[in-house]
Amino acid sequence: MPIVVNRPKLTFAEKCYLPSIFAGLAITWKHLKRALFNKGIVTMQYPEEKWDANLPDWYRGAPTLVVDENGREKCVSCQLCEFICPPRAITIKPMEIPENDKWRKVEKRPEEFDIDMARCIYCGLCEEVCPEEAIFLRKDYSITGLNRAEMVHDKKTLYKLGGVMKGLTFKWNELK
Amino acid sequence: MDTALILHFLTTPLVFLIWTTFLKTFILLNVVLGVVSVTVFAERKVSAFIQDRIGPNRVGIPMTLLGGKKDIPLWGLGQMIADPVKLLTKENFVPAGVNKFFFWLAPKLVLLPPLLVLAVLPFGSSLFGVEMTIANINVGVLFIFAVTSLSVYGITIAGWASNSKFPFIGGIRSSSQMISYELSLGLSIIPIFMVCGTLNINEIVDWQIKNGWLVAPYWPHGFSLDQLLHPKDLIHSLIAGVSLERFLLWIPMMVSFVIFLVSIFAETNRLPFDLPEAEQELVGGYHTEYSSMNFASFFLGEYAAMFAGSGAIVSIFLGGWSLPIIPDGSHGWFWGLVNIGAWFAKVSVILLFMIWIRWTLPRFRYDQLMKLGWLGFFPIALFNIFLTAIILAVVHH
Repeated sequence: MPIVVNRPKLTFAEKCYLPSIFAGLAITWKHLKRALFNKGIVTMQYPEEKWDANLPDWYRGAPTLVVDENGREKCVSCQLCEFICPPRAITIKPMEIPENDKWRKVEKRPEEFDIDMARCIYCGLCEEVCPEEAIFLRKDYSITGLNRAEMVHDKKTLYKLGGVMKGLTFKWNELK
Repeated sequence: MDTALILHFLTTPLVFLIWTTFLKTFILLNVVLGVVSVTVFAERKVSAFIQDRIGPNRVGIPMTLLGGKKDIPLWGLGQMIADPVKLLTKENFVPAGVNKFFFWLAPKLVLLPPLLVLAVLPFGSSLFGVEMTIANINVGVLFIFAVTSLSVYGITIAGWASNSKFPFIGGIRSSSQMISYELSLGLSIIPIFMVCGTLNINEIVDWQIKNGWLVAPYWPHGFSLDQLLHPKDLIHSLIAGVSLERFLLWIPMMVSFVIFLVSIFAETNRLPFDLPEAEQELVGGYHTEYSSMNFASFFLGEYAAMFAGSGAIVSIFLGGWSLPIIPDGSHGWFWGLVNIGAWFAKVSVILLFMIWIRWTLPRFRYDQLMKLGWLGFFPIALFNIFLTAIILAVVHH
């Protein structure tokens, strides 16, 4: 059934626009006057002022690699993140852990681990897929570079950004 | 000997007229183009303030480029230079399907008319005995109407030559917008001719000095600096200024002023009448396909038109360069400069008003503008002419 919406009856003042034009001018004048004295400004002056302290815990910034409290790099270079990465930003070159190493029984670690931040879409699938809890999206968002090569985060950068992550599963302990 | 000869040559009437005119044209053109870039900056700042933002506040003196540690922001005033430099150094891209000749012609057609209008506007009284109007012609107001309507060709041609749908719609809108407001623009000015009895803008300004500004006829003939020393004369002339005719004529003058003001908004394609541009509906309207300096010409043309329109409003309704009490340029070069300053100050106020309106009112719908022009302003302007005639006929005699 059609609903009939009657047009509202406009008074003469409403029909000739002018009162509402002056009302609008008064509102914008109020804002202009306030902003002239630097009051009521809602924008943040970005490089000087930052909102980093208020970033939520679930914020997805740059993906990074972490080490555990024993100083072992958690990545075992299974390459699942490389395969799931939608824009194919991750390139891993695995290597075998040598005989005399303390963590020999882990068998593999990455020799090279590159994330091309020019391609990364910050989707967080690498973090989600990682069986070793080795890759995490941290809160860094201002990733800049002067050329494509500078935009690639190598293993060293990734560990530096990631740092130590405590309280994770410690499955490669000596008892196992 | 030689200098005396040159001086003699320069002061012969015809030569004097020619070189002073060239000098005035050169200075006014440069000042106006400078004012345009200041207006663009003011527009960005005012829009920011109205929307509770800060606006451009970074570009100043780039000390870091010169080896310094910190830039000097200068409240973002460097933006006035940065914007044109950006536009000038960009690639001037011409799409493949356009009509090349008209595509290149259109920006010039938009830029030229507003600059031509400046020729007849009296931007000051006189300086060193030289009249501060580039061309003091008897048909000044008609000249303004004739020339400003030409800029619609630039827009329509740009829309058509771009060979693209959105510019085309913009061009069509522009031409139909023109026929809806141009009539009331012309008719709104007729009561002023009836009252002042002249089409010469300089004479209209003189009339306003003698009889009070058309929108504020409160100070009468003889309201001058000398009178401040003789309060008796002052009160006498103030009382002489209060008359029935004055206040009856004030009504049609205000109606004319409002119609003229609104029509100038439409003429300069400013919001709320910027239908040919209409970013939200038509991408960029008629200048969608333009880039670099060609786009800058449209930009410059729009703001120069704002300036010329404001100049026309000031000269016709707001007393031109005159201020109460302040004498004209024949009393010395200082007062001449004050008069020029007064004109530019008044124009700036109107420009700021235009910017203020732009960030307050939403865009009119297409049919609403046509309705406003044909059913609103056209009959009111016609009625206004008869009202003025009746007042003049009944009260004057």
